[in-house]
Amino acid sequence: MSKTLYEKLSDAHKISADSSLSGHIPADNGEYLLYIDRHLIHEVTSPQAFDGLMQNNRKVRCPEKTVATMDHSISTRSLALDACGPLNKLQLTTLVRNCDYHDVVLYPVGSDEQGIVHVMAPEMGLVLPGMTVVCGDSHTATHGAFGTLAFGIGTSEVEHVLATQTLRQSKAKSMRIKIDGQLGKGVTAKDIILAVIGTIGHAGATGCVVEYCGEVINSMSMEQRMTICNMSIEAGAKAGIIAPDETTFSYLEGRPHTPKGDDWQQAMAYWLTLHSDADATFDKDVNIDAKDILPQVTWGTNPGQVCAVSEPIPHPDNEKDPVTREAAWQALKYMQLEPGQRLTDIPISHVFIGSCTNSRIEDLRQAALVLQNKTIAKSVTAIVVPGSAAVKQQAEEEGLDDIFINAGFEWRLPGCSMCLGMNDDVLTDGQRCASTSNRNFVGRQGRGSFTHLLSPAMAAAAAIAGHFADVRNLQE
Amino acid sequence: MSGINHLTATALPFTKANVDTDQLLPKQFLTGITKTGYGKHLFHDWRYLDLKGEQDNLDFVLNQPQYKGANILIAGKNFGCGSSREHAPWALADFGFKVILAESYADIFYSNCINNLILPITLSAAMIEYAADFVTKTPDTKIEVDLELQTVVIGERKEVFSLEQHHKVNLLSGLDSIAQSLTLQKEIARHEESLPNWLK
Repeated sequence: MSKTLYEKLSDAHKISADSSLSGHIPADNGEYLLYIDRHLIHEVTSPQAFDGLMQNNRKVRCPEKTVATMDHSISTRSLALDACGPLNKLQLTTLVRNCDYHDVVLYPVGSDEQGIVHVMAPEMGLVLPGMTVVCGDSHTATHGAFGTLAFGIGTSEVEHVLATQTLRQSKAKSMRIKIDGQLGKGVTAKDIILAVIGTIGHAGATGCVVEYCGEVINSMSMEQRMTICNMSIEAGAKAGIIAPDETTFSYLEGRPHTPKGDDWQQAMAYWLTLHSDADATFDKDVNIDAKDILPQVTWGTNPGQVCAVSEPIPHPDNEKDPVTREAAWQALKYMQLEPGQRLTDIPISHVFIGSCTNSRIEDLRQAALVLQNKTIAKSVTAIVVPGSAAVKQQAEEEGLDDIFINAGFEWRLPGCSMCLGMNDDVLTDGQRCASTSNRNFVGRQGRGSFTHLLSPAMAAAAAIAGHFADVRNLQE
Repeated sequence: MSGINHLTATALPFTKANVDTDQLLPKQFLTGITKTGYGKHLFHDWRYLDLKGEQDNLDFVLNQPQYKGANILIAGKNFGCGSSREHAPWALADFGFKVILAESYADIFYSNCINNLILPITLSAAMIEYAADFVTKTPDTKIEVDLELQTVVIGERKEVFSLEQHHKVNLLSGLDSIAQSLTLQKEIARHEESLPNWLK
């Protein structure tokens, strides 16, 4: 029987057939145990999970399959754990204590491997095609770019994985998003995924595992594919996946944790089978023509409220669905914007380049290309936060830090930073930010602040102009 | 933890669509290392006029006296979207909500509710509208929820809701799901033995 990639990944990780589960879990209830190959943890969603283990005298089943780093609660100005106050420090030292006690490898602040969990793990080759990957973080979908089944979980589930190396799952629906055609100038992976979310809606893929495919996806680098899969959750999807190919294999080869020698050959033979069968069917199919996608900017308070930079902000009354219409009016009211307004007329106060969506080396290169020999508007405060210590080092070797600093950006230490503002990188009431992050929710970057999502190149263009600007005009 | 089965309680209407977990519990309260004490921060930015949470926003439904003590939350479409933070259901439970009624939920939030024995019930748009209207007009209305029968009764109307069987079993029994999964240790070990070198 033909299978989708999701079905192949899921079937390969099911613990035994239903019959052997009888007595524990009824055979006909659709639930099964899924084995987890890689568990990533960080300071925010793990303390209560370790606490639960301790209370029940349980141990971590496979400490070597869990990897920890520090990213959410840390400063981007200082390596000191107490730089953002005693509560953040306690959370970070709790992670140190838990990892130490349970023999889990931790890459702390200051180590060469530290970074945003979804940036550092692929860099180290910790995520391989065919794996199941989970993390107490909704952007775990990022790792689907490698042909893994990767999804975000809650803290109770983190505890379940630590104790059993499995999760209880039931089958998700499947959606295929095919993007064919020729990409226009100035259009990046971020613009594509924003346009996809704008098309299918903020909850358009709820309950689904999305497989991205088509000419445009095939020709993308791993960094670009990670940007696409990363934002699957912003359309409500459980996971996003892309079948592994030569691009995947050449990215992985030689990284610290990728298999070597015979193991590499054996793994490759398996990885080549990881694609949806030609006649596999999906619950939903979406086809997108790349030529219809222009550089995007969000205008509202969810990532689906987005339009091309060159278009006026859409009028909510043109929306047929009453719930979506009302949500659009509420979003415009919060954002202090009007229907029909031009994004290029809207001044910004801040620019943030970073986050697990757009802080990899290619993202920084794209922004730096726009910023070369330019300076940012006087009214703008701009920071660039590399996704990991390795990205930071690579960027510095390429001289990108000089380009950013000369343009007027602050060059920071790696972490999640202003994407969610769990440290001191927060905005205040009325500040408006052009941000390469993934969520423009009400107050996400600080109470009363306004977030507009866009690509790194578009963020750089906005920094120079002091308002949103069409990067294509700077690339003449 | 004990399970839930039957609840007859008053409800609080808050049917805004796409309420994300950042709204349920903003980032500044994620630095905790325990599961308790988040109730006072639930819906913080809407509930309080100031950053510190000292001045109540009296226009916000959670601060309205007629809904004090409500154990049921009538919520909007795509409730709980965004971040996977389990702090959101911890805050809802700590505040006193045991059941949520909504037209739809985000996936991770839904699982997090089940794991904290909060019952997330999916109802038709019409029933949600009816329920919200009903408790807006008569806040002391008691809504009757029966998990075993999978029914919700509000005033004259009754709706049967669907729920995955395993979620129902977990909610009714309140059993420790880790303990249940650990009964399959042999099967898990067998899977591990079968793994190729590169996955070991």
